[in-house]
Amino acid sequence: MKSVQHQNGREKEAVIRIRGLVNGFGSKLLHDHIDLDVHRGEVLGVVGGSGAGKSVLLRSIVGLNRPKEGTVEVFGQPTSEEIESPAMRALEMRWGVLFQEGALFSSQTVTENIQVPLREYTSMGQELMDEIAEIKLAMVGLPCETGDKYPSELSGGMKKRAGLARALALDPELLFLDEPTSGLDPISANQFDELVTQLRDILGLTVFLVTHDIDTLRAVPDRIAVLVNQKLVIGTIEELRKNKDPWIQEYFSGVRGRAALASKDTASEEAR
Amino acid sequence: MASLENAAEPEAWFKLDRDGRKLAVGGAWTIAESARLDRELAALNLSEHGAVAIDASKISRLDSAGAWLLLRTRRALEGADAKVSDLHLPELYRPLLETLDQPRKSEPRKSRIPAGFRGRLYKIGRTAAHTLFQTLSMLGYLGRVTVETIEAFAKPKHNLRIAAIFQQIEETGINALPIVGLLSFLIGVVIAYQGITQLRQFGAELLTIDGLGIITLREMGVLMTAIIVAGRSGSAFTAHIGSMRVNQEIDAMQTMGLNTVDTLVLPRIIGLVVALPLLTLYADIMGLMGGAIMCYFDLGVTFPAFMRELQQALEVKTLMVGLVKAPVFAFVIALVGCYEGFQVERNAASVGLLTTRSVVESVFLVIVLDAAFSVMFSVLGI
Repeated sequence: MKSVQHQNGREKEAVIRIRGLVNGFGSKLLHDHIDLDVHRGEVLGVVGGSGAGKSVLLRSIVGLNRPKEGTVEVFGQPTSEEIESPAMRALEMRWGVLFQEGALFSSQTVTENIQVPLREYTSMGQELMDEIAEIKLAMVGLPCETGDKYPSELSGGMKKRAGLARALALDPELLFLDEPTSGLDPISANQFDELVTQLRDILGLTVFLVTHDIDTLRAVPDRIAVLVNQKLVIGTIEELRKNKDPWIQEYFSGVRGRAALASKDTASEEAR
Repeated sequence: MASLENAAEPEAWFKLDRDGRKLAVGGAWTIAESARLDRELAALNLSEHGAVAIDASKISRLDSAGAWLLLRTRRALEGADAKVSDLHLPELYRPLLETLDQPRKSEPRKSRIPAGFRGRLYKIGRTAAHTLFQTLSMLGYLGRVTVETIEAFAKPKHNLRIAAIFQQIEETGINALPIVGLLSFLIGVVIAYQGITQLRQFGAELLTIDGLGIITLREMGVLMTAIIVAGRSGSAFTAHIGSMRVNQEIDAMQTMGLNTVDTLVLPRIIGLVVALPLLTLYADIMGLMGGAIMCYFDLGVTFPAFMRELQQALEVKTLMVGLVKAPVFAFVIALVGCYEGFQVERNAASVGLLTTRSVVESVFLVIVLDAAFSVMFSVLGI
C-alpha cells in the first residue's frame, strides 16, 4: 500500500504527536504514558479490547477529553486548550471527525448537516453550498435524494456515510473515524474500507481509524496501534503477528483473525 | 472569528487570454478560495465567449471544492456548445476530478404541495385531518388505559407494580413539597393582602379571612398545585418516555412481552392520582398559613382568632369541592404526559417539541376541566 506523496508532504512530518499521555477514571488507568506519532498521508488503525480506551484516546486527541498528564499536538498545536478557543477553531477546520453513530444533527436534513461547517467557516453562496453537499454525498456513495432526508429516516449505514460526508465537508487534511464499519453489513463495510483508501489516495488524507473490524485492519491502515495493558504497541500487521503479547496473539491468531489474514495471504499470492 | 478564508496560502487565480479563447487557471484551488472563485467566475460570464480551452496545468493544489468549480466551469462551457479540450491538469489531481465527474443520478424531488390557493387549501385540510386523527388517537389511548387500569385492579398480583407506584409518589409528590408549599404560601399572602386593601374601603376587612378560605380551598389550592405538577411531572413523564423511545427501550420492552401500559403508564397515573390530592391538601394548608401571617401583621388578627373566623366561614364541603377535583386533574396530567411521550419520534428535537406540547395541553385541559367543575357544582347547587 503506497501512500501518495503530496508536494508539501515531507514523508515523516508528524500530524499528530502524543507524548506521555496519561488518562484514567478514578483509580482505573486507561493510558499509561503513551507516545504516538501519526505521519502525514498515513492511515493509522487503532485496536484494543472493549473498554481499553480507544475512544478516550480519540477524544483526548480532538480535545473533548482533558488528559491527566502528557501533551497532545495536532499540526504542532496543543489540543489541551478550551475547545472553543480561536486556536482550537483554527485546528477544527483542518480536521473532520466521524463519530460512532454518525452524530448527525437530528433537526436538520442531511444536506443541512453537511453545510453546517461550510456556513461556519466560509462565505459561500447557497447555490455553491448545495452543489458541494451534493458532490460530498456522491463521494460517500449516497444518492442525492438522501440530502432531503432527516437523520431519523436513514439506516445505520447511511447515517455513517452521511456523517462521513459532513466530516469531509471542509476537505480536511486529517480524518478521525470512530468504528466506521461497526454495525455495517460486510458489503457496506468493504465499500467503506475502499472509500477510505480512495479518499486517502485522492485527497492525501491522514486518517486516524479506531476499529474492531479485522477485515478493515487488513485492508486499510499502513500501521496499526494496539492498545494493550495501558500501552500502545505499534507496527505493521506482519510485525504484530509476531508479537508475543497474549492479547495481540489472540486477536490476530484467533479464528476470526486467522481467517481474515489467510484470505489476505492468498490474495497477495494470486496478485503475484 | 476563525475562518478558512484567512488561511495563508498561495492565491488561486484564473485569466482569460486576449481573444477570449483560453482560460488559464492556477494556484491553490481549495475550499478556502472557493467562495471568491465562485463569485468571480460567475462575473466572467464565460458562455458568451464560444469555444474556450481550459489550461489547468498551473494548479498547485486542488481539493474537492476546487475540483468541483473547475468541473462546473467546464460543464457550463459545454452546455453553451463550446468544445472543451483536455484540462491539462497535473497528473496527481486527475483521479479526484474523475471521481467527481459523474452524471447526476436523479433530479431533486419537487414539493408535493401545489402553489397558490390550492396549496393553502391543502395545508388547511392537512392540519384539520391531523388534528382529527390526533383527537381520535388520544381517545383511543384513553380507552386503552382505562381498560388496562380496570384489569390491573381486577388481578392486581399480575399487573400492579407496587414499587414503581411508590417511586412515582415520591417523585411527583414528596419531591414537589418545597416548590408547591412555597408557591401556595405566597399566593395565600397575595390574596390576603389584596383582600385586606380592597375590603378595608368598606370597613369589611375581616371578611378577607372568609374570602381567603373559600378561594384557597375551592379553587386556588388545587389549581395551583395541578399547574405546578403539570409543569413539573407531566413534562418529566413525556421527556422520560420520549427518551426511552429514542433509545429503542420501548421497542426492547415490547419484544420481551412487557406491556408498556402496565410498566410505564399505570404506575405514573396511579402514583399521581394518589399524590396530587395529598399535595393539594398540603397546598391548602400552606396557603391558609400565608394568609394568616398576612392577617396578623396587617390586621392584628391573632392565629386563634383567625382559626375561629375560618371555622365560621368554611364547611367540610368547601374543602371537599376542591379536593374532589384533584384526582381528575392528576389523571389528565399523567395521561397526556404519557401519551405525548409515546408520540416521540426517533430524534432529539421531537422530545423537546412533545414535552412542550404535553405541558401546554395538560395545563389547558386542567383549566377547562376546572371551569366544567364550576358549572357542574353551580347546577348542583353545591
